[in-house]
Amino acid sequence: MNDFIDLFFNLDIMAQAWPLLLKGLIVTLQLCGVVIGLGLVGGLLLALGALSPRRWLKWPAVGFIDLFRALPPLVLLVFVFSGLPFAGLDLSPFVAVVIAFFLNNSAYFAEVFRAGIQSVPKGQAEAARATGLSQPQTLAHVVLPQAVRNVLPDLLSNTVEVVKLTSLASVVSLSELLYSANMARSVTYNSSPLILAALVYLAILWPLVRLISRYQRGLAVH
Amino acid sequence: MTAAISPTPSAKVHARPMLEINKLGKSFGTTEVLTSIDLSVRPGELVFVIGPSGSGKSTMLRCCNRLEEPSSGTILLDGEHVTACQGRALDKMRLKIGMVFQGFHLYPHKSVLANVMLAQVKALKRSKADAKTRAIEMLEHVGLAHKAESMPSELSGGQQQRVAIARALALDPKVMLFDEPTSALDPELVGSVLKVMKQLREEGMTMLVVSHEMEFAREAADRVVFMDGGVVVESGPPEEIFGNPQSPRLQSFLSRVNRGGE
Ligand SMILES: Nc1ncnc2c1ncn2[C@@H]1O[C@H](COP(=O)(O)OP(=O)(O)OP(=O)(O)O)[C@@H](O)[C@H]1O
Ligand SMILES: [Mg+2]
Repeated sequence: MNDFIDLFFNLDIMAQAWPLLLKGLIVTLQLCGVVIGLGLVGGLLLALGALSPRRWLKWPAVGFIDLFRALPPLVLLVFVFSGLPFAGLDLSPFVAVVIAFFLNNSAYFAEVFRAGIQSVPKGQAEAARATGLSQPQTLAHVVLPQAVRNVLPDLLSNTVEVVKLTSLASVVSLSELLYSANMARSVTYNSSPLILAALVYLAILWPLVRLISRYQRGLAVH
Repeated sequence: MTAAISPTPSAKVHARPMLEINKLGKSFGTTEVLTSIDLSVRPGELVFVIGPSGSGKSTMLRCCNRLEEPSSGTILLDGEHVTACQGRALDKMRLKIGMVFQGFHLYPHKSVLANVMLAQVKALKRSKADAKTRAIEMLEHVGLAHKAESMPSELSGGQQQRVAIARALALDPKVMLFDEPTSALDPELVGSVLKVMKQLREEGMTMLVVSHEMEFAREAADRVVFMDGGVVVESGPPEEIFGNPQSPRLQSFLSRVNRGGE
């Protein structure tokens, strides 16, 4: 039993590893911030494209969404990081990860936004246009606020997925949280840093997951 | 003098139409829904449109503010071409055409006050303070100033529809289009909305109303237009349309309505 605690819950080693993990956590959070920010913007634009009556906008958007939802994110990442250099494009791990996850994640956000926009009754936009609001104003003040409210749990779920996704970045040696924890493990010959990293993920994601459940129950009640 | 014998025409008869629909046609794909509709509404006039379901009443109204794109014909508002407008110009034109829908379509995420303010601020570019003053004024007009801070979901259907009317009126439209404004309401709430519409008419608002409230048409309409199959079949003062219908189609429509078939 003591061995077990020593190997997995060694507080001394956790304390030693903490500064390294903290650096990793910061990289993880930066990555999440950039990927989620770009993903939300890209996703919204893609959704608007996919819902557009103009074919030259609609089909490329739909194609993009389908393609990058179907491709496994790890395959994308390895391709961007290791495949593109053959074409003369040498990217830093951070940039490669951002590009790969942006492609994947904006496609997912696009699906969520598309569902959200479609959930708003057509009469809402018609009423707004009938009062002289332009198309962008109608979108910004009438359709999107309702769309986002209708799919808030899905938007949050997707955000949780992004945080989890960033741990894949360790395969291209980006020193985010998991990579840092694994480094600490290999230096200390002890698994406690991994447990610590898991606890950090949990601390970030658990409140989000609870929030989502609450929303979903709330929506079910209404 | 002959002029003295003829009945003195009211001011309404002389003025040029506020809303003029010329040879309006509309097809969805290959289905022709409206065929060469001619209809004009003079300033201060209340024109009432009746007709069986699917006869194209809503489509005609929606063509007036281009929620539906006419396939042919022209729409003029106070002499200006609605049908020639594009982009910003169309948005500006729509400010002058108030529309009230069967389903109210209040913005559920905004308070009653914010519903009435939104287009004033964003489309008419009024200051927030002016928009608020105007909104409260309009809400008072429809008897709902005390509900300004409520959310639409807290209101009855009749109250929601009156807010929707206030939302349109706040933009100082030249004409108001009503598409079955009371059809979605419980019977006991219909009166409150009709009362507001009657009051509007007395204030001289130009109105084009699609509705099944025949009693209201008898009382308040200057003219009644009967549509069937995408054409105007008959039109005239309410006494004649209801008292002495000429076409067999109108006769059978009225007898169906009177038997409560509609
Ligand atoms: N967007 C559309 N696409 C195809 N057909 C349509 C569309 N909108 C309306 N129609 C058709 O046009 C015809 C006229 O419809 P409209 O809604 O104008 O009738 P209405 O007189 O308002 O009927 P109601 O009394 O039921 O409201 C109907 O046959 C309807 O099916
Ligand atoms: Mg209709």
